Amino acid sequence: MMHNSPALVPLLFLAAAISIPVLGIRKTRVAYPLTMVASFGSVIISFHNILGVWRNGPLTYHFGGWFPPIGIEYVLDPLSSFVALVVNVIAVFVLWHSGGIQEREIPGKSVPYYALALLFLCGANGIIVTGDLFNLYVFLEIFSLASYGLIGIGERQAPVASFRYLIMGTVGASFYLLGIGFLYIVTGSLNMADVRTILPHIHGNPAVAAALSLIFIGMGIKMAIFPLHGWLPDAYTYAPSTSSALIAPIGTKIAAYVLIRILFFVFGVKMVSQSLPIADGIAWLSAIGILYGSVMAMAQNEMKRMLAYSSVAQIGYIGLGIGLANPLGYIGAVLHILNHAFMKGSLFLVAANLRKKTGQSDIPRLDASLRKKLPWTMAAFTVAALSMIGLPPTAGFFSKWYLALGAIDRGNWVFLAVILVSSLLNAVYFFRILEKVYLVPPAAQTTGEDLHPEAGTGRGSLVGEESYPLMMPVVIISFSLLLIGLWNATIVKEVIQRVIPLGM
Amino acid sequence: MTDFLLGHYVYWTIFALLMIGLYGMMFKNNLAKKLIGMIIFQVSVIMFYVASAVKWAATVPVLDPATGVADAAKYISPLQHCLMLTAIVVGVATSGVAFSLVILIYRHYRTLDESVLMEHMKSS
Repeated sequence: MMHNSPALVPLLFLAAAISIPVLGIRKTRVAYPLTMVASFGSVIISFHNILGVWRNGPLTYHFGGWFPPIGIEYVLDPLSSFVALVVNVIAVFVLWHSGGIQEREIPGKSVPYYALALLFLCGANGIIVTGDLFNLYVFLEIFSLASYGLIGIGERQAPVASFRYLIMGTVGASFYLLGIGFLYIVTGSLNMADVRTILPHIHGNPAVAAALSLIFIGMGIKMAIFPLHGWLPDAYTYAPSTSSALIAPIGTKIAAYVLIRILFFVFGVKMVSQSLPIADGIAWLSAIGILYGSVMAMAQNEMKRMLAYSSVAQIGYIGLGIGLANPLGYIGAVLHILNHAFMKGSLFLVAANLRKKTGQSDIPRLDASLRKKLPWTMAAFTVAALSMIGLPPTAGFFSKWYLALGAIDRGNWVFLAVILVSSLLNAVYFFRILEKVYLVPPAAQTTGEDLHPEAGTGRGSLVGEESYPLMMPVVIISFSLLLIGLWNATIVKEVIQRVIPLGM
Repeated sequence: MTDFLLGHYVYWTIFALLMIGLYGMMFKNNLAKKLIGMIIFQVSVIMFYVASAVKWAATVPVLDPATGVADAAKYISPLQHCLMLTAIVVGVATSGVAFSLVILIYRHYRTLDESVLMEHMKSS
């Protein structure tokens, strides 16, 4: 079990994804339970893996018994096992939630939806554990193709958004492929650890610089880092709510993880911050992206679109942490991968619940009645929004704190200012909603309802806020934001600090 | 200078193809033409790998008793070709998904003109 464990999660998802269409020919009802079993199983295996890595150090698995650098190697180190656990935990909640909303949003498509969702997770887990550059490309394409499908089954505009994402995403993947082509020509190896040992001996070869910039552009597109984010807002807005809740927390984080993996663990910290100073460029682009995303988010009137722009800003935080290339920035970036996955997961699920309850999620049309209609969902929204703003006991505060410390450590006050200003901007666009829901005094038409709780939307909907599958995941994810915040020191000390890249 | 240009003519061709692909994706208004640009782009990456495996005075990587195994440099590296077989399959899958999306878009909107589509998306 322990020996094979790195390969188990991707294979579990792959097997489930293939068996759903086969079994689904006769019984479409089988799709949801099978997905939940696979997803829950993956959480257990990931948890088992992270404990194993914590006790015994990194685990490797060699496919077909071929040893690296010839064979394909899967590696579980503290970083990959941590990101895998985050992805699988968030996926199990989103899929649980999808049981209550998928039939309504995309009726009659449960078999393709769940098969694609599992392929998406198979790709994501494969990207996380693989130690081979080309294998990563293959998983990246599995992951991307599944997400094009997940977006494309949405409403009328979804195929157009998905097509634009496909064009951009394919360019990104091709750039990545070109980049590893250059790396292979120079080093003659595709194994990450092997390339890592060969690269320092190659001096002044322009092909290495070309490889680095091509891989950065490719991953930058997938990650939606600032000038390359064009596909993201439309894709997240028009995708079915349940797909965007799956893609938003996982999709861009995976690309950020790949960037961390390749910049720091293949090229090495010294190379990306000194001899080919791409890290500075990433940091500045991310800083601009943080401000741009926050300002654009303020200008949006539709909640999913606002959350999409806010994703551009939040990806900027991760990029900034990567670009700082010092231990504190790195901790901030990895911690923010965790935090942002939980925050965005929760917020997109809230948007899904709003759409189910009221049929739309336009911000100007939100009103105080929601605090009665959807008390738990809106409470969860409040916690997640506070965490996005970065108020202390919530998780969001701590990743920003590490990023701010990293910026100070680096002596760059502009970045510190960007982090602070963007927190204020976050506050503006989230309080806009919180104000409408909680702070508007019961004026005009709402007064009547408050005086007569039996009348109108009062009591009946309080009881049946949502079905449990719609309410529980949102509440649990938001509540765990508080837990992550309180336990962040443990997470940082036991998991993230164990894999600070050499030379930072 | 001429040596530099002529000596790497394969790479210049590939670079030109990459640019043609990018041009198609960025400046063509019709989604099908964008898709053609994307396929040209992908194929030129595949050609880049294949070109990088070219070696004069070497043979196919199948054991030849006349050449023997003593000097591995007499064989062409087979890895790039194997990788590109996978990349071609990936490319075919991507075009398949893209074509199905294009068909869906055409069924919904009865047009593939991007500027018209943008108008539709804004209005609805």
